[in-house]
This record gives sequence, C-alpha cells and structure tokens, in this order.
Amino acid sequence: MKSKSVTNKISFNLPAISVNEGVCRSTVGVFCAQLNPTIEELADIKCAVSEAVTNCIVHAYKNALGTIYISVTLYEDRTVKIEIRDKGCGIADIERARQPLFTTDPQSERSGMGFSVMETFTDKLYVSSTVGKGTKVTLKKRLS
Amino acid sequence: MTKENAFCRTQYKNGVLNVSIKGEIDHHTAIKTREKIDEAMLSNRPKDVILDLSAVSFMDSSGLGLIIGRASLGQEIGASVRVRNASERIKKILSMAGVCRIQNLIIEKDKENKK
Repeated sequence: MKSKSVTNKISFNLPAISVNEGVCRSTVGVFCAQLNPTIEELADIKCAVSEAVTNCIVHAYKNALGTIYISVTLYEDRTVKIEIRDKGCGIADIERARQPLFTTDPQSERSGMGFSVMETFTDKLYVSSTVGKGTKVTLKKRLS
Repeated sequence: MTKENAFCRTQYKNGVLNVSIKGEIDHHTAIKTREKIDEAMLSNRPKDVILDLSAVSFMDSSGLGLIIGRASLGQEIGASVRVRNASERIKKILSMAGVCRIQNLIIEKDKENKK
C-alpha cells in the first residue's frame, strides 16, 4: 500500500462527559476546515464524531469518569482520518454492536444507530476493541 | 401555556402541543429536552404533538432516540407525534431507523406546512 503524506495532525483528550460531545464536534470541525470541505462533508464528519464520542460516554465508561482520546490526521490526498479511543469496558461482540438498532442500553432511549450513522457519513469505519481494556474507532473520509 | 428553556419551548393549545427545539440535539441536550417534552405531554395530555425542528442546527442518533421515545410516550397517552421542518439530513437519519413503521409517528414532508 502506497503511503500518503500527512499534511497536518491534532491529538487531544478530554473528559468523557456529555457536554464535551459538542466540544469534540467543534474541535474536529475546526481542524478539518483548513481543507475547505463542503458544508455537507463537514456536517457528515461532525455527526460521525458525535456518534463515536457519545459511545465513549454512554457505553465505554457508562457515564463514569473516563477520558476520550481523539486524533485527526489530514493527508495530502484530502483524506481525513479520525481516531476516537477510550479505555472503557470494551465491546465483546463488535459485529453485533454494529448491527442497526442493536443497543445495550434501550432504557435510556438509545436508538442503536450510532455505528450505522458513522458508516453512512464516512467512507470507512474500523472498530477494534478488547473487553476490559478499551475501544478504538477509526473513521476515514476523503473530501472532494 | 408557554414554557421555555435554552433548547426547547413547549406551547399547548386546543389539544395540540407544539414543541420547538432549538440548537443541537445530541446525547447531552436530549436529556433535558426529553424531560421538558415529557412533562408537557403528561400534564397536558394532547392529541397531537408537533416537534418543530426548523431551528435545529445539528442532530445525531440521540435525537433519533428522543423522537422515537416521544412517539412511544405518545402511544401510551393516545397522542400522535409529528416531526415538522426536519432538514434533509435529519430525514435521512430518521429513515435509517425505519421510523415509518411507527404508527403514531409522522415525518412531515416540506409541502405540508407552508405558511
């Protein structure tokens, strides 16, 4: 696989509290703005980030104390790679978790559509996880 | 009667509960919004609930849960729930979850409410 040049990268971490969902969206959005994405592309990215971050808060740490680790890498071919990591409970069955409408938390009105939304609004979605250790979600989107 | 907070305004009149949601609907804001709408639905017992999303600038799947949850509550109290002025993006997210299968939930097309 031909490696691509990285043009810019940011990494940040912040507490896994719900008020930071908007902070993550805005921060990633601001960083991606340097590539002049369309309004739609930016909205897609922010929505996907919002889903991944919400999963950290609601599921990974189950609203307990924890940290979300985010890095955003911009490549010369206008690909954006966003990695959202946590050190939470992990996902035992990733395939099942990625199924539309599946949720481990129906009482809280979780729609079970988080991964589906991420898949719809990005080009590639990778999920890796170890139970008891944490989860990493990688989103890739190539801007026009 | 009109009640307002930073994200959600409810107004009840003649059996219709109008709910205007403003700003971003995510997991964080959905919590208070849910409480506000539920309080208005349970105290007023409307026949119709209108969720006006014209001032919503962002919604992720937490908003989906919010809307579907209100439809569920609507079923309990005998109310229909209409989603009005949803953007194309929001309609796309709604359609992904197959909300058309929910009997008392109506996603209005743009033409239905031209003033």
